[in-house]
Amino acid sequence: MKKKRLIPILLLKNGWLVQSKEFCRYQNLGNPVAAVKRLSQWASDELIYLDISKDETYDLRRDDQGYQNRHSFIDIIKDVSTVAFMPITVGGRIRTLKHIKDLLSAGADKVSINSKALADKKFITEAAKEFGSQCVVVSIDVKIVNGEYKVFSNGGLVSTDYTPVEWASIAESYGAGEILLNSIDRDGMKNGYDINLLENVAEKVNIPVIACGGVGAWSHFAEALDKTSVDAVAAANIFHYSDQSVYYAKKYLYEKNYNVRAPDILSVN
Amino acid sequence: MDYGAGNIQSVYNILLAITPDVTVSNKLNDIKLATHIILPGVGAFGVAMDKIRNKIPLAILEDEIFQNKKPFLGICVGMQVLATKGYEFGEHEGLGWIPGSVKKVNADSLPLPHVGWNNINILRESPLLKGLDDKQDFYFVHSYKLVADNESDIVAKTQYGENFNSIVSRDNIFGVQFHPEKSQKAGRLLLENFLKLQVESR
Repeated sequence: MKKKRLIPILLLKNGWLVQSKEFCRYQNLGNPVAAVKRLSQWASDELIYLDISKDETYDLRRDDQGYQNRHSFIDIIKDVSTVAFMPITVGGRIRTLKHIKDLLSAGADKVSINSKALADKKFITEAAKEFGSQCVVVSIDVKIVNGEYKVFSNGGLVSTDYTPVEWASIAESYGAGEILLNSIDRDGMKNGYDINLLENVAEKVNIPVIACGGVGAWSHFAEALDKTSVDAVAAANIFHYSDQSVYYAKKYLYEKNYNVRAPDILSVN
Repeated sequence: MDYGAGNIQSVYNILLAITPDVTVSNKLNDIKLATHIILPGVGAFGVAMDKIRNKIPLAILEDEIFQNKKPFLGICVGMQVLATKGYEFGEHEGLGWIPGSVKKVNADSLPLPHVGWNNINILRESPLLKGLDDKQDFYFVHSYKLVADNESDIVAKTQYGENFNSIVSRDNIFGVQFHPEKSQKAGRLLLENFLKLQVESR
């Protein structure tokens, strides 16, 4: 039987990994490659790596930690791919097919597209035709406005007219292979997923939905698996501050008989 | 084999972790010198076949595989193109090394693509699976499957809405629908097993 996926998300801002709260407050965490190596050793099912920089400046600021300083996102992904023996989805400011091709060549397995897809639906189809639907994840950021779910673009800055269900269905029909569904309201709040949002979208589309936003305890993963038909549960902040976090999250779910892979620790090389 | 397929970096990375003796190439000489040949692949069947025909000297490759019996492994779309025909975005000719056709997975009400970790059910012994348990999980990401004409070419199946072929093999030719390069311990062991195959072994 296919297992539900547990996916850590890393956020990169101008060369540093950061923790995010409500899409606007960021705290520095450290080297963009070292964290990936750890997540790989903790046998993560997958990794989502999102570049949330607002410009093209990348500087790791130091090179004394066993990793070289890098000044472009592609170079960082190349480094990441040498230590990540797991599938990687890469996203952030993807605007062209050439950019996707470069990311895949650098070692990404899938790309996550957000604002460009909202601005030009056909871009989803073009990417799917060139690289296959399985490679195209459409990321959807959602915020509640006057009691209604609305899709936002440009890193949560610009409101659109779409409801998440409408937009997810359109993305599917244009060739998206997966939906990464994120709640801006829950981002960094540690109060659990927006279960209604997840279920509304997951029951409507027939492509895998990855839940994101709000996890503050392992039980929040369980809640999403219990109450919704999402295919994967993802989180960012919770995985950062404890050793072997992914291992323990999996262990929690596995011992409660959730349909996940057994926890494991890998020694790479 | 380098033929412009998207993600070969990760296949290269894991092979390099196993042996220093890895080359990414489509050059005639390298194909002749190789002891083992791997065809990775992502994307659509037709696009992959076009690139393979344009970039790879197929006559030479076929010599090495059918005359010299070099072990060959196709991964994901690299496995699918072993079939005679593919039906993704129209009908396309495949390599035809494993008689069969490539069709959409009949996932029933489950989402497609089939993305994530799923287990194999082993139907017959294979040197690729040495040291691996039945029910071992591997990482899949695909919407199409290889339907083999001959039962004897099927090594393992995987359940997702239907029972599709996740490993096929015929003589020195092997194909896996999942991504061993992304399947951590089990994937690495499978690749190590493949690299241990000798030219004359089956």
